[in-house]
Amino acid sequence: MWKTILRRVLVMIPQIIILSILIFFLAKMMPGDPFTGLIDPKMDVNTIAKLKQEYGLNDAPWVQYLNWVKNLFRGDLGMSYTQHMSVTSLIGDRAQNTFWLSLVTIILSYLFAIPMGIIAGRYKDKWPDQTIRIFNYITFAIPGFVAYVLALWLFGYLLNWFPTTGTVSVSVAPGIFNYILDRAHHIILPALVAALISTTTTVQYLRTGIIDNQVEDYVRTARSKGVPERVVFNKHILRNSLLPITAFIGNVIGALLGGAVMIETVFSYPGMGKLFMESISQRDYPVLTALILMFGILAIVGNLISDIVMTIVDPRIRVK
Amino acid sequence: MLFNKANKQNIKTEAGEPISLPPSGFKLVLKELLKDKFAIFSILVLVLILLFTFLGSAFVSKESLDTNILDGLMPAFSSGHFLGTDEGGKDILSLLIVGGRNSIVIGISVTAISIILGLVIGLISGYFGGVVDDIFMRIIDFIMVLPRFMIIIILTTIISNYNAFTLILLISLFSWTSSARYFRSFVLAQREREYVMASKASGSSNVAIMFREVLPNISSMIIIDVVLGIAGNIGIETGLSFLGYGLPASTPSLGTLIGYANDPVNIMSRPWVWLPAVVMLLIISYMINYVGTVFQRAADARQRR
Repeated sequence: MWKTILRRVLVMIPQIIILSILIFFLAKMMPGDPFTGLIDPKMDVNTIAKLKQEYGLNDAPWVQYLNWVKNLFRGDLGMSYTQHMSVTSLIGDRAQNTFWLSLVTIILSYLFAIPMGIIAGRYKDKWPDQTIRIFNYITFAIPGFVAYVLALWLFGYLLNWFPTTGTVSVSVAPGIFNYILDRAHHIILPALVAALISTTTTVQYLRTGIIDNQVEDYVRTARSKGVPERVVFNKHILRNSLLPITAFIGNVIGALLGGAVMIETVFSYPGMGKLFMESISQRDYPVLTALILMFGILAIVGNLISDIVMTIVDPRIRVK
Repeated sequence: MLFNKANKQNIKTEAGEPISLPPSGFKLVLKELLKDKFAIFSILVLVLILLFTFLGSAFVSKESLDTNILDGLMPAFSSGHFLGTDEGGKDILSLLIVGGRNSIVIGISVTAISIILGLVIGLISGYFGGVVDDIFMRIIDFIMVLPRFMIIIILTTIISNYNAFTLILLISLFSWTSSARYFRSFVLAQREREYVMASKASGSSNVAIMFREVLPNISSMIIIDVVLGIAGNIGIETGLSFLGYGLPASTPSLGTLIGYANDPVNIMSRPWVWLPAVVMLLIISYMINYVGTVFQRAADARQRR
C-alpha cells in the first residue's frame, strides 16, 4: 500500500512544478510589476528603474522564477496592487469563509446523495428510482449560476427567508450563539443549492454499485448461507458500493472550488471566489496569481487524497 | 452522420453488392429518438428556438441594440419595447434574440473544435496505447485539474484585441480534454476487436484504420458527446458572460442578460430584464440534455446486444 501511495505522491510533484511554471509565466504576461501598488506618482523614473534592478526584474526569467518559488516557501506572495497589504493576509480571512461554505456544502451534498442513491438502487425502475432520476435530470442540466440566481431571487428576495449578501448581518445580537446562528443563516441557502446540484454523480455511482453488487458471487454466497437480508444489504452490498464514492471526494472538492467564483459572486459571499472577482475587476494581478496557484494546488492535492483514500479502502487497487 | 455514410459505401463497394446492413449507430439512435414523444417535442422546441433567434436576428434593427439613454429603464410591455429596456436604453427583446443566437453559435463552435481535437487525440491515444497513451493521459489529467474558469477569466483580461473568436479558442483549450478521454476509452475497447486485427493483417495503414474503421464504430458516442457538449459549452460561455468576462460588452449573450440579476435592484424589481434569458437558457439546456440522454440510452442498448 505504501508503495502505491508513494508512487502517487511522486506523480504529484512534477504536476505542481509545471503548475507553478505556468502560473509564473501567466503572471509575467500580466501588466504591472511588484511596485505598482507602492509607487507614488511623484516618484522619479530613475528610482523605479533602480528598484526594478534591485528586485531582480531584469534577471533572466528562470532566476526570477526560482526567486519567486523561494518567496512562496516563505509565505511571501507579494503585495496587493490596490489594498496596500500583503496578499497572504488578504487571502487569509477569505479562505476561512470559503472553507466553511465548502464544508457545509459537502456535508449537505452527501446527506442528500447517499439516501437517494440507496433508494434508487434498491427500488430499481420502480417509482422511487424514477422520481430520483427525474430529480437528477433537473439538477444536473441546470447551469450552476442559473440555479444560484433563481434561488437568490425566490428565497432571498421574494420570500425573504434568507439574507441575500455577506456572511454575517451588521445588526446581529451580541453573544457567540447568536453570531453562529446568524452565520449559519447566511451559509445555508448557497450551500443548499450547491449541494442539491452536485448530487448527480454520487447518486449514479451508488445506484449502479448497488445494482451491480446485488448479483455478485459473495452476495449470493451470503444469502445462501442464510444471512438475514438486512445484513446482506448493509454489510455486503452497501459497503462495497460506497467504495467508489469515498474516492470521489477529491473531485467533489475540485468541483466546489471551481464553483466558488460563481456561488460567491451571486450570493455576495466574501470568500476566495469573490476576492478573485474583485481582484480581476481591479486588475490586482498579484492576488489573482496567488489565488490560481492556491486553487490549482488544492485541486491537485484533492486528487491525491482521492487516490490515497481509494488505495486504503479498496485493496484491489494496490495489486496493479 | 457523415462517418456513417462513408462506412456504408465502404461495405457496399467492398462486398460488390448492397447487402442488408446491421442497423448503424445513427439509425438506431434515430429510431430510439422517434419512439420517445418528449424527445420529439424537445427537438421541435429547439428548432423553434433556433428559428426565433437566427431568423429573429435578421429583423433586429441596429438602433435597438444601440445605447439610447432617453429610452433607458422602460418597463416591460411599453410601446415598441415588448420586454422593456436596460439602463442604456437597449431593447431587451432584441438583446434576447441576438444574445440567444450568439450563445448558441459559440456553444456549437466550441463543441466542434473540442470534439475534433478530442477525437484525434482520443483515437491516437487509444489506438496506439503504451507510451503515447501515457503521455497524452498525463497531459489531459494535468489540464483537467487546472482552475480553468479562473485561467480563462484572467486570459480574457490579458489578451489584446480580445473578441468572440478568442473566447471560442479559450474555452476549447480546456474542453477538448474530457472528449479525448471519453473517446479514448471506447477506442481502447475497439482496438482488440477482430475487424481491427483483420485490417492490420491486410496491410491497412494505421491512419486508415483509425479514421475509416474505428471512427465509424464509435459514431454513436460522437453523437452523444456532440449533443451533451453543446449544452455544456453554452453553460460555460453564458457563465463567463454572466460574470462579465465572456463575450465582449458589445456582443450580447444570454449570460450578459442574466448578469443584470447581479444588481439587487434588477433582480428584485425588474425581473423581465433577466428572467426571459434564464427561461431560454433553461429550455435550451434541458431539451438538449434530454435528447442527449435518449441518445445515450440508445447507444447503451446497442452495446448490450
